[in-house]
Amino acid sequence: MIGLDKNGIAQRIAQEVQNGYYVNLGIGIPTLVANFVRKNIEVEFQSENGILGMGPFPFEGEEDADLINAGKQTITALKGASFFDSSTSFGMIRGQHVDLTILGAMEVADNGDIANWKIPGKMVKGMGGAMDLVASAENIIVAMMHTNRAGESKLLQACSLPLTGVACVKKIVTNLACLEVVKEGFLLLERAPGISVEEIVAATKGNLIVPKHVPEMML
Amino acid sequence: MITKRVNSVADALSGVTSGMTLMLGGFGLCGIPENAIAELVRLNVNQLTCISNNAGVDDFGLGLLLQKKQIDKMISSYVGENAEFERQMLSGELAVELIPQGTLAERCRAAQMGIPAFYTPAGYGTEVADGKESRDFNGKPHLLEHAFKADFSFIKAWKGDEAGNLIFKGTARNFNAPMAGAARICVAEVEELVPVGTLDPNTVHVPGIFVQRIFQGEQYEKRIEQRTLSQRA
Repeated sequence: MIGLDKNGIAQRIAQEVQNGYYVNLGIGIPTLVANFVRKNIEVEFQSENGILGMGPFPFEGEEDADLINAGKQTITALKGASFFDSSTSFGMIRGQHVDLTILGAMEVADNGDIANWKIPGKMVKGMGGAMDLVASAENIIVAMMHTNRAGESKLLQACSLPLTGVACVKKIVTNLACLEVVKEGFLLLERAPGISVEEIVAATKGNLIVPKHVPEMML
Repeated sequence: MITKRVNSVADALSGVTSGMTLMLGGFGLCGIPENAIAELVRLNVNQLTCISNNAGVDDFGLGLLLQKKQIDKMISSYVGENAEFERQMLSGELAVELIPQGTLAERCRAAQMGIPAFYTPAGYGTEVADGKESRDFNGKPHLLEHAFKADFSFIKAWKGDEAGNLIFKGTARNFNAPMAGAARICVAEVEELVPVGTLDPNTVHVPGIFVQRIFQGEQYEKRIEQRTLSQRA
């Protein structure tokens, strides 16, 4: 049981990106989504440190210390891009002008709660912009592995870690499955290639709704 | 024209004393006030409270002040790239208030704009909400957040003129713009200080009224934290 790798997860999430969307990508797997978005649609990527119209990483020799993304990586600006300050940037987010937010998570609960910023006593890096994003975005997709390093489910009835936001996640794409958060819990929409429903059931701790027919992802 | 120009970084930081609350612009190492930070190290002021989105890296940016234990409290949104910071925080030597990035930015902007407090949905239902007033608007819960109060704000722009007008470059605008005029004294450092009349007023990002002192930094390292490249085909 392995299922998708990080690129596979990103590839599946890229299918959710629609024509005309402004999209905010989190650090990690979400950053990879940009590589798989269809070329025939118009999409702009927002990075909360102050750019709309973010382009690919620069070629060697063209990097600019004044041009980075929220992960502090060097980037480029596409034609039609704009720069702005942090307050304006979060105005775009809080004001729901950004159509889709894709971010990573440590845990997601079956009511849509998300935890991704702190492991008490161990890892305290801070929430960055994640709390603002999940509190305001209407469309939130989580990209993560289905289980943690100890093999335990990251899809739970209730998060054990400090929350980033409540009842906000709409969809989750893991290495094993694509799931939607509905009233009753995690609705299993698709299986990753080569993964059985039984394997997903075994790896999921939160309430899982399994329809009669669960198609395999089309990648 | 009211001139804001000071002749040295020492003059720019005149009046900074131990125990003060300082705002420092920048995101990661992008757009940080390098010369003001170096002067804070040289002045050896301590027991500082610093409001800054990040805390630099171990050997650059605010990491330099942390190394010398000049900071008692940090108010930030993300501190992930600084091992010394994490060590001081987990050991309890350093008080840390982590707040959502948009709330951090807006608390600066509120101070700049004379708005004492505002409501935001960020952090509702999390430990960020502890002890805060909450109120529903349009059926959605929001938290009451207050404007910051700071003694000095140190910001960095690309170009500025002697009247204190500022222009930023790229993503280096970040927290520098909302921190202008958000403290009792705003000190702006620029890569290039030009005579008045040189900047096109149409292109000014921050009007000089928000800036009390301006100087040209002696040098800028402009270190890149994550040099990430595309491969040429």
